[in-house]
Amino acid sequence: MSTKPLDNEAPTMHQKTGERALSHADYDDEVEDVIDEREIFDIIRMITDPEHPNSLEELGVTNLEHIEIDLASKCVAVEFTPTIPHCSMASLIALSIRTRLIRSLPIGYKIDVRVRAGTHASERSVNKQVNDKERVAAALENSHLMDVVNQCLTTI
Amino acid sequence: MSYYISQVTPTERGDKAIRIWTQAQDTWNCINVLEDAHTRTVRHVSWSHDGKFLASASFDATTCVWERVENDWELAATLEGHENEVKCAEWSSNSRRLVTCSRDKSVWIWEDEGDCDFDCMSILQEHTQDVKCVKFHPQEAIIASVSYDDTVKLYGEDDDDWELFDTLKDHTSTIWCIDFDCTGDRMVTSGDDKTIRIWQAYHPGNAQNIDTPDHSHPKYVNVATLENVHTRPIFHCAFSKVTKGKERIATVAGDDSLVILKEADVSDRNAPSWEVQFREPQAHTQDVNCVCWHPTDPNMLVTAGDDGCINIWRTASE
Repeated sequence: MSTKPLDNEAPTMHQKTGERALSHADYDDEVEDVIDEREIFDIIRMITDPEHPNSLEELGVTNLEHIEIDLASKCVAVEFTPTIPHCSMASLIALSIRTRLIRSLPIGYKIDVRVRAGTHASERSVNKQVNDKERVAAALENSHLMDVVNQCLTTI
Repeated sequence: MSYYISQVTPTERGDKAIRIWTQAQDTWNCINVLEDAHTRTVRHVSWSHDGKFLASASFDATTCVWERVENDWELAATLEGHENEVKCAEWSSNSRRLVTCSRDKSVWIWEDEGDCDFDCMSILQEHTQDVKCVKFHPQEAIIASVSYDDTVKLYGEDDDDWELFDTLKDHTSTIWCIDFDCTGDRMVTSGDDKTIRIWQAYHPGNAQNIDTPDHSHPKYVNVATLENVHTRPIFHCAFSKVTKGKERIATVAGDDSLVILKEADVSDRNAPSWEVQFREPQAHTQDVNCVCWHPTDPNMLVTAGDDGCINIWRTASE
């Protein structure tokens, strides 16, 4: 066991959202199911926190209301809220969310992952790093880092 | 002005090869594939001004120099020294020197001692973050580099040694690209802050009384800032090189678009106005990473995108 103290020993727990309610249109092949905020939320809410055996949703890091989709310009913008302003895991969480979206969305979608304004001490540097396509590409080629990310992406 | 588009067949992504294309009437043919030199992605290629050499910068930390031998290209030199990803390699105007930059935050200047025996003249470690792009001034011994640290750095040569003479801090985020016009008196930069900035050089003793670094180097001043041209990071900007006196600027971005800018007919050189002359919102189906003007034909340019396509554009008339 690692003896490194946790950044946040006792994070506040949040209620999990239920399964998405399906309508008749969801079963109708004639109806196009466009990507919506709930679908993006379902893709990222079960990501495991790097520190706690909980999902990002349970820790209140991801939130349905903080997802925006612009279908016309194919932009998906996700804001997340670190549990504490000095969370050292913010970059890793951002990279995990981005990686999950890159792997899930159709080719051609633009992805923006940002720390929710005012919720982290290094907000600007985390945002800059996770939205620099070369830094992200370099991270995706770093096998050590990807082991950690893939661990987070293993849904619990 | 309108542009026609012809598309070159998509190539496999991240295949570490360099492809050389020639025009045959309305089509373009791949005549060479340079392989087995780089072991990771090739991020940038640059022709020497005399057309005899090609430099390629790769994420494998090396820069390769290819020499034209009749209709083939041979690997003439592999420049090693950067600690990690080389992002850009550019030739000096006399085709004897190369400048490279890297994720290792450094800029290296190389000189050909003869027969492609390149020696490192200088290592400049002025940036605090990865260096995205670097260029030689077209006429003077000046180099400009731009970085993830949001700054432009300018270096001058002094007795075979290179030294920083100015740092420009106007951009508010990563600067992806820099280019000089054919005189070197103008620069253009673009980046993550979604602005295109135009810089004017003021030389020592200028009529505007603008202070110059050490009274010996030009002072580049941000004389125009273009916003709302692109909606996502602007990865590349390039001055046209042959329309002297009425240069245009081509820009490409993460919003998939290509834009061509021209200076207004009535424009003050010290506070110029630039306007959009042409815009193609869907130049590619994904991010556009690079745009390049034809070196002699002012009506042709080429773009490269994350969709794996190389698109060639031509004006109907000028």
